[in-house]
Amino acid sequence: MAEMKRHDNRLGLWGWLGGGRWGVERHAYILHRLTGLAILLYFLMHIVVTSLRASGKYMWIEGHVLHQPVFRFGEYLVFAAFAYHAFNGIRLVLVELGLAVGKPIEPIYPYKTSLNVQRPLLISMMVLAGIFLLLGSFEFLGVGK
Amino acid sequence: MRETKYWTWHMTAGVVILFLLGLHMLIMHVGGVSTSFAPYSGEATSKANSLFRDSKLFFTVTYIFLLGIALYHGLYGLRTILFELTLKPVVEKSITFVLTITGLGLFVLGTWAAIATHAIALSGARG
Amino acid sequence: MTENTNNSRPITFHVTRYNPESDRKPYIKSYTVPVRAGMTVLDGLHYIKENLDPTLAWRFSCRMGVCGSCGMLLNGHPTLACNTQILHIADTDLTVGPLPNFEIIRDLVPDLMTMFEKHRSINPHIVRTDEKELNTPEGEFYQTPEQLEKFLQFTYCIKCGCCMGACPTLATDVHYLGPMPLAAAERYDNDSRDDGWRDRHQLTGSAHGAFRCHYAGECSRVCPKGVDPARAIQHLKRQLVLDYLHLARKKKPCAMLHGPGEGKLLANIPAAPAKTV
Ligand code: SF4
Ligand code: SF4
Ligand code: FES
Repeated sequence: MAEMKRHDNRLGLWGWLGGGRWGVERHAYILHRLTGLAILLYFLMHIVVTSLRASGKYMWIEGHVLHQPVFRFGEYLVFAAFAYHAFNGIRLVLVELGLAVGKPIEPIYPYKTSLNVQRPLLISMMVLAGIFLLLGSFEFLGVGK
Repeated sequence: MRETKYWTWHMTAGVVILFLLGLHMLIMHVGGVSTSFAPYSGEATSKANSLFRDSKLFFTVTYIFLLGIALYHGLYGLRTILFELTLKPVVEKSITFVLTITGLGLFVLGTWAAIATHAIALSGARG
Repeated sequence: MTENTNNSRPITFHVTRYNPESDRKPYIKSYTVPVRAGMTVLDGLHYIKENLDPTLAWRFSCRMGVCGSCGMLLNGHPTLACNTQILHIADTDLTVGPLPNFEIIRDLVPDLMTMFEKHRSINPHIVRTDEKELNTPEGEFYQTPEQLEKFLQFTYCIKCGCCMGACPTLATDVHYLGPMPLAAAERYDNDSRDDGWRDRHQLTGSAHGAFRCHYAGECSRVCPKGVDPARAIQHLKRQLVLDYLHLARKKKPCAMLHGPGEGKLLANIPAAPAKTV
């Protein structure tokens, strides 16, 4: 039989966002990627900027470009990304090493999966991230002048 | 099993970063703890305070350490995302190459800066 | 199917159609189906084929959630058409599409071969070195209930491919093994009779193996059999890491229980009936 024409139904990049049932873990996965990329971008620039101190340029201090409110706010966003990435990361380490997903069970309807097992961990990590973010907000936006 | 190796260290690096970057953030941004790391008045990130930390060998060494593992963690993470796009093997190889070069380049830059400022801070402290 | 006009309710099916011989790409065609309580999506498709459009193609066999043929995208969720009642998921409209992340052969028929090939590649069977015993068995392999429980959940998989259609990594990475084959690998790795885990680790620990999973959890969420592939994959990752760090417990395939009746029998168990073949 001759090769039949097929339609490739792979979802592509959109599939990272769409498809499936959209549980909270899917959101967590997307956000982990986005915050990771954001932190990496900041980090690469941060290395260059702070390395310039070796030639006497302290670009982030009072009176320099990076001390302006825009950049401080940008830094605050990176901090927020870090808060999420760090706490969700703790969950991911535990989950991906098979420590927080529970042992195999007999599947009896309605099914309870490993998602249910690690959900409390996810919730507590998000609460901790929230608290951490809140504490950091005071420092960054308020008192930290 | 090469991927297993990479991934194991990616995770390990993540855990180490958790502590070191947490410490880094505390020192840089939280007033309470910073007195011992930032003896001069004003912000912990001021020039005087930066120089003070740069004069301490502990900071120079941890900076370099954190720099290395954070670069690895971040760039491997980026590589993971890119490799999930079904690329041609040549493209995958070039990505690995470019990311390795970027990582090493920035590591050298950061290490040089940390050591150089350490020297500057020491001579400044003496002079 | 008899139409019961008294308590049937019209539901519009928006069905993906694609004929490789005449269509350049898939399109949506709508049909209105009178739906009674209890009708499954599979029943609805039969209604369309019998009464509205005989050209509609889809795959099914057992119509009771056992064969794994009828995995489809219903209202955007990969699941079994025979296992889903229309009125549970639709008020007026229902979209029916083929499973994503596979090629479409025609209409609602995905080409599952890519999944089966990946499945085959991980040696989804018991591997042992004592070939003589395997080919001319002289006894039984002994396994405790605890040893069975370590992998039993993962044996319920019916290879429907719903998990593959839901996985975000597979949406972009054709080479990723995917939840079904990885769960199968974990199932055999964990089998106390098996001795093939080292070979399997070569593949599951490779660049397109278990580490492409990031626990988005969609596979476990959609699996119609409660197999929980995400759980299997995370356990697999731990084994891979332990193996790499040389911390894996030395696992020997379980010994054979030689000859029937050599183990201790419980009292009061009646003798087996005489052999018929
Ligand atoms: S794991 Fe579940 S969803 Fe995936 S193929 Fe098996 S039965 Fe289907
Ligand atoms: S848990 Fe892993 S295998 Fe399952 S859908 Fe998510 S990324 Fe895919
Ligand atoms: S027809 Fe067999 S699983 Fe649906």
